[in-house]
Amino acid sequence: MTDNRILLEIKNVDKAFGGIRALRDISFCLQDRSITGLIGPNGAGKTTLFNLITGIFPADNGEIRFNGRSVNGFRVHELVGLGIARTFQNVELFESMTALENIMVGMHTRTGCGMIGSILRLPNIINEERRARTKAIDLLKFVGLEKYAHQKSGDLPFGWQRLLELARALAAEPELLLLDEPAAGLNMSETRELGGLIRQIRDQGVSILLVEHDMNLTMSISDKIVVLDQGSKIAEGPPRAVQSDEAVMAAYLGKAKKQEQHASHTKS
Amino acid sequence: MQEILQYFFSGVTNGAIYAVIAVGFSMLYNSTELINFAHGEFVMLGALCMISLSAGFEMHLVPAFLITMAAVGAAGMLFERLAIRPVRHPQHVVLIIITVGASIFLRGIGMLIWGKDSYTMPPFSAHSPVDVAGAKLLAQSVWILVIVMTLTAGLHLFYRRSLTGKAMTACAVNKKAAWIVGIPTKWMVLLAFGLATAMGAVAGASIAPITMSSYGMGTILGLKGFCAAMLGGLGSLWGAILGGFLLGILEAMGVGFVSSGLKDATAFVLLLAVLYVRPQGIVGSRKVQRF
Amino acid sequence: MCAPRELSVLEKFNGSDSMDSRYRKIVYIVFAVAVVCIGLAVKNAYYLQMLIFIGLNTLLALSLNMLMGYAGQISLGHAAFYGIGAYMTAVLTASYHVPPLLALPAAIGAAMVVAWIVGVPTLRLTGYYLGMGTLGFGMIVHIVLREWSSVTGGASGFVGIPPLAAGPLVIDSEQHYFFLVWAMVLLCIIMCTRIIDSRVGRALRAIHDGEMAAAAVGVNTKKLKLQVFILSAGMAALAGFLYAHLIYFVSPGTFGFLASIRIVTMVVIGGMASIWGSLFGASLLTLLPEWLHAFSEFEMVVYGLILMTVMIFLPRGLTRGVLDLFERWRKTNDR
Repeated sequence: MTDNRILLEIKNVDKAFGGIRALRDISFCLQDRSITGLIGPNGAGKTTLFNLITGIFPADNGEIRFNGRSVNGFRVHELVGLGIARTFQNVELFESMTALENIMVGMHTRTGCGMIGSILRLPNIINEERRARTKAIDLLKFVGLEKYAHQKSGDLPFGWQRLLELARALAAEPELLLLDEPAAGLNMSETRELGGLIRQIRDQGVSILLVEHDMNLTMSISDKIVVLDQGSKIAEGPPRAVQSDEAVMAAYLGKAKKQEQHASHTKS
Repeated sequence: MQEILQYFFSGVTNGAIYAVIAVGFSMLYNSTELINFAHGEFVMLGALCMISLSAGFEMHLVPAFLITMAAVGAAGMLFERLAIRPVRHPQHVVLIIITVGASIFLRGIGMLIWGKDSYTMPPFSAHSPVDVAGAKLLAQSVWILVIVMTLTAGLHLFYRRSLTGKAMTACAVNKKAAWIVGIPTKWMVLLAFGLATAMGAVAGASIAPITMSSYGMGTILGLKGFCAAMLGGLGSLWGAILGGFLLGILEAMGVGFVSSGLKDATAFVLLLAVLYVRPQGIVGSRKVQRF
Repeated sequence: MCAPRELSVLEKFNGSDSMDSRYRKIVYIVFAVAVVCIGLAVKNAYYLQMLIFIGLNTLLALSLNMLMGYAGQISLGHAAFYGIGAYMTAVLTASYHVPPLLALPAAIGAAMVVAWIVGVPTLRLTGYYLGMGTLGFGMIVHIVLREWSSVTGGASGFVGIPPLAAGPLVIDSEQHYFFLVWAMVLLCIIMCTRIIDSRVGRALRAIHDGEMAAAAVGVNTKKLKLQVFILSAGMAALAGFLYAHLIYFVSPGTFGFLASIRIVTMVVIGGMASIWGSLFGASLLTLLPEWLHAFSEFEMVVYGLILMTVMIFLPRGLTRGVLDLFERWRKTNDR
């Protein structure tokens, strides 16, 4: 299933916020057409790493290479153009727009009509629009939301919003898709469906970097797991090996109690 | 040298007024995240009220001053209760238009009561100007500085020492948390409006003797006070004071050395400069949303 | 790359697409016919003048709505571009005897260039700070128009602007001007509708809903915000150009802070992100002061009260606000 071409390479990346070192000396590779799970306790630096890869802020040190090319200093939208798309932990849809329009915005980097083009509305623009619409409907079908194409995305139930966001990310025709806790807030059957979708996406040639707390999902679909703890990489390897890794066990079990306490605090 | 000192004095006088107006803006921004475009109109009400009470009804200065403050403060609280609190989804644009509506309304009221004429009144005391190294410092300027300093010190003590002041600070930092620990946030907002508009009234009453006051004087004063607040850092008491004096002095120097026509432009050029270079203001530290 | 395609559904969608544009064409034709009928029927010079002003204000509201309603970027200094358009053509045609037909692109171009220069630093700001940046810019332009008296005529204004003329064709009657202005309005409505309904328009609306997310799907938010700011400035300058040649006189008072606020009010009362709402808001705000003359000295008080009341109770604007009220009424009746 995986071949040997390296799609994303992270080399000695550091990132600090004020005095807090959120990431220290992170390096790993992501192979083409693979699913890589990025796991770690809360505060391990997973979201920070996502934000570095997607260009939201720059790394202090180190290099990120995509398709063999350094992408340090690229801006968010440029990286989408290169083929890196993402979803957000707290679903960031364009709520006043319909489901279909959301996906069509997702195609922004793959369509070219500008301000003047849209005013003149020449035949090639009309064609482009029609093609975009067709593809958007295909994507809605892929996630099973074609019936709700003309519903405002903000009115959809949460689980569907997640699926819509996934479809929107796919609309950018990415080579690398970053999913930030895609199963959070989904029930068991929805999570299972999501796992299937993620596999299908991989089989169509898209590599995936997945941050997910649902271990069943992560372990079952990932080809490789990278474990972060307190900003450092503590393990990397196939799911089986990582599960039995002692450093990982220590990080997780040692943290588990603290996390439970933390959770009960925030709930009350 | 003498010339510079003269400009400096007039700058400090105006600056003190801008500072007081700016403090009003900052207080409201802190407690409600709102820019009150009607603030200048409360300054106008303060000036005209003071003139009517002291020159018209021949009231003694001190009660006239206090009544003016109380009356305008009450008007400000009424404004909050009737026009700001009922807004269910306070968006920036909506609040801007409401306060602009209020400013038009208050200007209309001012015109109804005082007509379209301009008024002035004698200075608070009849001392002749003080001579400092050849430059003349008006007695009223000294009065203004004294009033502003007292007021600032009072506000500082109020925020630092009194329970109410601390509660207001808490509201400004985190309204929800303040509400949870039992601070009556609605009253705090009301109080903030009362205090801020009373500050506006002080500004108006203090400049009444050295300017011509009419129903339309508020708009430009309000906008400049606002620039001063931005200059120092929106939401900060000392920033507002600093911004006010800075604006007053630079403006006076601009009038002296460049051109009097461009006086009004100084404030806005400074505003843009601050926004572009340091949007949090000179002393502000709050992170400004900049994507 | 994804699921197999099913043609029947697609055809349905494409069908509805062309239905949509056909329906839109009908609306434009109805609008044009209505304009022609009104233009031919109304003979009273005062009414014609009012209608022309509604047209100019519609252009202004439309231009700001693109920026504020759709892209979500507030501007409290939009009258500056209106003023730049008006003064540019005034100075060129009266002082330098440039034909109006050449002054038009110069006026629009000048506003666009200014928007470009101002927009780069200003559009980095958000929320109140953006409002204040644009306010400061508007005030500066206003002061420059007032103080640069050797060119602009200063506070008392600029007189002697010639009527619009292209070769032998001179537009000086009220009726002709009415047709000209409303033709421009229709043109701009079509232009804006097309933009809103395109890739660019979707990206604009995306910025409005969430700038972060818009960038994350590949929208160059900085560039697009600047583009729409420039477009909006150009449209406002067009209104300024038409205004100058209508009145033959411009003065700085017309383009001050309150004028900017009036444009914002038109957009909000008409309804943000609504093209036809701009027309409604502009009509209302043009006619309201005329009606309020009846209140003589109470005029300002009543105007202020109306503004406040509408915004407190119908913050989504009159058109949508009334619809909301109707919805609520229907729901309570259903129960």
